Amino acid sequence: MRSKKGCFDSPFCRFWVFTKREKVMEIRYVDVADITKNIKEMCMEANFVLSEDMKKALENAKNTEHSPIGKKVLGDLEENLAIADKERIPICQDTGMAVVFIEIGQRVHFQGGNLEDAIHAGVRQGYQEGYLRKSVVSDPIERKNTGDNTPVVIHYSIVDGDGVKITVAPKGFGSENMSKIHMLKPAQGLEGVKEAIIKTVKEAGPNACPPMVVGVGIGGTFEKSALMAKQALTREVGEHSPIPWAKDLEVEMLSEINRLGIGPAGLGGSTTALAVHINTYATHIAGLPVAVNICCHVNRHITRSL
Amino acid sequence: MKKEREITLPITSEVADQLTIGDYVYLTGEMYVARDAAHKRLMELIEQHKELPIRLQNATIYYMGPSPAKPGNVIGSAGPTTASRMDQYTPTLLELGMKAMIGKGKRTKEVLEAIRENHAVYFAAIGGAGALLSRCIKKSEIVCYEDLGAEAILRIYVEKFPVIVVADSKGGNLYETAASEYVR
Repeated sequence: MRSKKGCFDSPFCRFWVFTKREKVMEIRYVDVADITKNIKEMCMEANFVLSEDMKKALENAKNTEHSPIGKKVLGDLEENLAIADKERIPICQDTGMAVVFIEIGQRVHFQGGNLEDAIHAGVRQGYQEGYLRKSVVSDPIERKNTGDNTPVVIHYSIVDGDGVKITVAPKGFGSENMSKIHMLKPAQGLEGVKEAIIKTVKEAGPNACPPMVVGVGIGGTFEKSALMAKQALTREVGEHSPIPWAKDLEVEMLSEINRLGIGPAGLGGSTTALAVHINTYATHIAGLPVAVNICCHVNRHITRSL
Repeated sequence: MKKEREITLPITSEVADQLTIGDYVYLTGEMYVARDAAHKRLMELIEQHKELPIRLQNATIYYMGPSPAKPGNVIGSAGPTTASRMDQYTPTLLELGMKAMIGKGKRTKEVLEAIRENHAVYFAAIGGAGALLSRCIKKSEIVCYEDLGAEAILRIYVEKFPVIVVADSKGGNLYETAASEYVR
């Protein structure tokens, strides 16, 4: 092998370096029309069919629920899912504000239009074609319905590789309204975190359409904790955090929540939550943010990789 | 679960007084559908002493905003929305004759008191069971505020629509008592 210096000096070798670099940086072109098409389908699918993990969790709950009315509610929810699936109608009339997480490999180049426009277009088409409810107002104070359920809440992240991973999570607001952020002091520690979670769930009670899934973000900054809590809701039910203390906390919190007695539909019982999912991040020496994002039993999330 | 019974709408004070928290009731008859934006408009009319587009005497209001009906269907998915957002309007509507509400979730002390004073009732339908509940809705028409989209006021005819009494005219509140039974 020639020395690096020698290589750069020779015109031939310069070309070689150039082509080698090209190879490493090989670009994958993705047409934004594909993004629109997939998001359109995912909006409909998520609203008509609950994911298998959620269905299974509800089925397990029906077998373990103590209260007769709780059992009946869970049975009705099962029937509701079957009707929605068969007739291709929404599981819940609140078909949510569409939240889209999109992970983009850094070797991807989008072509054929603007990516953000393509995401909005997918939601617009999905909510139109799927007869989904248009629940978005253009301004929080003036409150005029936009008529097509856009704009969408989009969270981008750039990752390695050349893939595009899209998660669509239409979020209903019965439970969104009961979600909270607690900016704790470091001295409050794990006990403070537990109190914040339980207090939030207790206050949510029947309003959040239990049995619920509880997404928790611990650490980061104010907005980072909220985003982690939202992301935690898209995790497969039953999957635990890889961090040992967080996993233990998930297990303990689920058991505590199910001792509150709120029950299915808040009518009393032993199934108040189906899962507690915790995501964590580094934080500041002065802070301990805890965000609790609650989702009803229609915890819709669908992921596709392009 | 306590008593199961069938009731034909409208609900009068006499009927409301016979209901107790925990009763499982199947409703048949006509009711209105209204939620946040429609309530706001009704209140504006009331404040201006103008005529209302709906008849409140012995009315049942279902807090709901359906998804659009697919061709050939009466209505889309049609489950209850959170009632507490209507709390600030509810005592006035009860004073004007409304007798029953269907929604989900807790109400304020003021609302529970107004339910007791006006011999009315608050029912819960199962939140998130919109596909199942839509099957009980046999007719649906827009009464007014079509411009509000999913928030327009509707008149619907239901058959054996399943609800549970969660606040009764004796001051009972099922959400308080039911949970305490299963606290461990």
